[in-house]
Amino acid sequence: MSDGAIARLAARRWRVALWLTAAMLAVYFGFILLIAFAKPLMGSPVAGKLTLGILLGVLVIVAAWLLTWIYVRWANLHYDAEVRGLSGRDV
Amino acid sequence: MSSALGRPHPVAIGFFFVFIAVTLAITWWAARRTHTTTHFYAAGRTISGFQNGLALAGDYMSAASFLGIAGLVSLSGFDGLIYSTGWLVGWPVVLFLIAEPLRNLGKYTFADVVAYRMRQRPVRICAAVGTLATVVFYLIAQMVGAGNLIRLMFGLPYEVAVVGVGVVMLAYVLFGGMIATTWVQIVKAVLLLSGAFILTVLVLARFGFNPVALFSAAADRYGTAVLTPGQLVSNPWDAVSLGLALMFGTAGLPHILMRFYTVPDARAARASVFYATGFIGFFYLLTFVLGFGAMVIVGQDAIRAVDRGGNMAAPLLAEAVGGTAFLGFIAAVAFATILAVVAGLTLSGAAALSHDLWVNVVRHAEAGEREQLRVARLASVVLGALAIGLGITFKGQNVAFMVGLAFAIAASANFPALFLSMFWRGFSTAGAIASMTTGTLSAVVLIYLSPTLQIDVLHHASAPFPLRNPGIITLPLSFLTGAVASLVWPDAVSAERFAEVERRALLGVAGE
Repeated sequence: MSDGAIARLAARRWRVALWLTAAMLAVYFGFILLIAFAKPLMGSPVAGKLTLGILLGVLVIVAAWLLTWIYVRWANLHYDAEVRGLSGRDV
Repeated sequence: MSSALGRPHPVAIGFFFVFIAVTLAITWWAARRTHTTTHFYAAGRTISGFQNGLALAGDYMSAASFLGIAGLVSLSGFDGLIYSTGWLVGWPVVLFLIAEPLRNLGKYTFADVVAYRMRQRPVRICAAVGTLATVVFYLIAQMVGAGNLIRLMFGLPYEVAVVGVGVVMLAYVLFGGMIATTWVQIVKAVLLLSGAFILTVLVLARFGFNPVALFSAAADRYGTAVLTPGQLVSNPWDAVSLGLALMFGTAGLPHILMRFYTVPDARAARASVFYATGFIGFFYLLTFVLGFGAMVIVGQDAIRAVDRGGNMAAPLLAEAVGGTAFLGFIAAVAFATILAVVAGLTLSGAAALSHDLWVNVVRHAEAGEREQLRVARLASVVLGALAIGLGITFKGQNVAFMVGLAFAIAASANFPALFLSMFWRGFSTAGAIASMTTGTLSAVVLIYLSPTLQIDVLHHASAPFPLRNPGIITLPLSFLTGAVASLVWPDAVSAERFAEVERRALLGVAGE
């Protein structure tokens, strides 16, 4: 098995991992920056007296779940198959 | 409102002894299965992804997050929630960047991965220093918290509580190693999740199972300010800096990283973070309800009357909605939480002392199995004694900053070196040493100069460094020095062996 195939798969995994990490960073720091710079917006009610800020806080947690789910799905469906393909050729 | 808190309560004591009895039985069972270092450090690599997910959640959800965040939300409303989300967002990062390659590349500690293609001794020493610094600061915070909480809940003297926690947790680690520690984490996680869930249901039942009604009730009583961002994020750089430390610190906590060696393969490591993120996120969602529930049902004045920091909000809420028996259950859960976290920390510190420093630095990886196991147990005793000693030394001190410090060191000393060693071909021995040393030193120095220590602890009027957490400086600094030192002092062997690292990170090695 060529090191080239491994390096390509490794590069693809890192690309997916870094994009998903960037997405998590964007969601969380977006939330923090809204808290810092858009306090009135975050305090506006969305349902009863429930504010947008609290709703977005819940959604940050939901986004973390969603991103981990996306990664696990990608890894289980695509990445594992390619790893198996590589190690299969190896033996 | 009069409370049974602080008095020895028969139900609390009953639950407490049941928990101790069950966990010691687990330890006895585990001790008979602990014959090798792989059992002692990595539970024989037989823990399933789901079990490890629970155990990771158990290792991570400390009494600080259960009692502290519920208290913070109950007293400051929205601002407390910034912590609930901040503590979770590191987990996806652990999944994307760390869990699988770590499992495939290492044996017992994260230093195994950093040192894989480097010169062993200097890299191991630096990694062990980073590990021990993280573990010790985290341990001090947990032990002091344990002493205070047990005094508040059961009325036991501080020293008795600290020694008790130290001795029981040491029994788990010393005799049962990682097998016992893992199952104690699992029992604790199930207790904590179910306790918090029952409490949430009891609270929501009072509001027709409509969370919006709960938030509206909080706003009616304390004004809409409790539902809007307040003073906590007055300086956005502070919030971003803390956020960075929490996010990447989670990916550098030695006791969390060590857990990935307990599963059979990278797929199980991946599954375990997926479950852990689910459990921990669910738990922090519950803290939203518990915090606001305590605010409305118990009331801020009653919470402050028992403990000014608000740490007793959740137990008081349990008593208000479920009576003294439920209070007893929640108090016992909080105690189990503390025990499990310090056991995990002690084991990871012991692994750094014995596996990294003794076996790989002093003995050049030539120690036999029996010697390794003996040294590992000795190191556990040393760390257990240290935990008790430090817990008593820091009695009555404000140690809240130490958790932030532990996360700052983990994010700046451990995470960059770990990530670069798996990701960058050009990362050299000199780069690893520079990055870990810079990360540890800069985090310690900047926390010392920060308002957290200068103003809150030392009561000076001002602080030379403006940010409360140094993550935004120390994390990039550690990456930068690692990169510069690698370019100035490249390492041919390390670069040559990178292909091997890539291969093994992907494919793993059969049988390990």
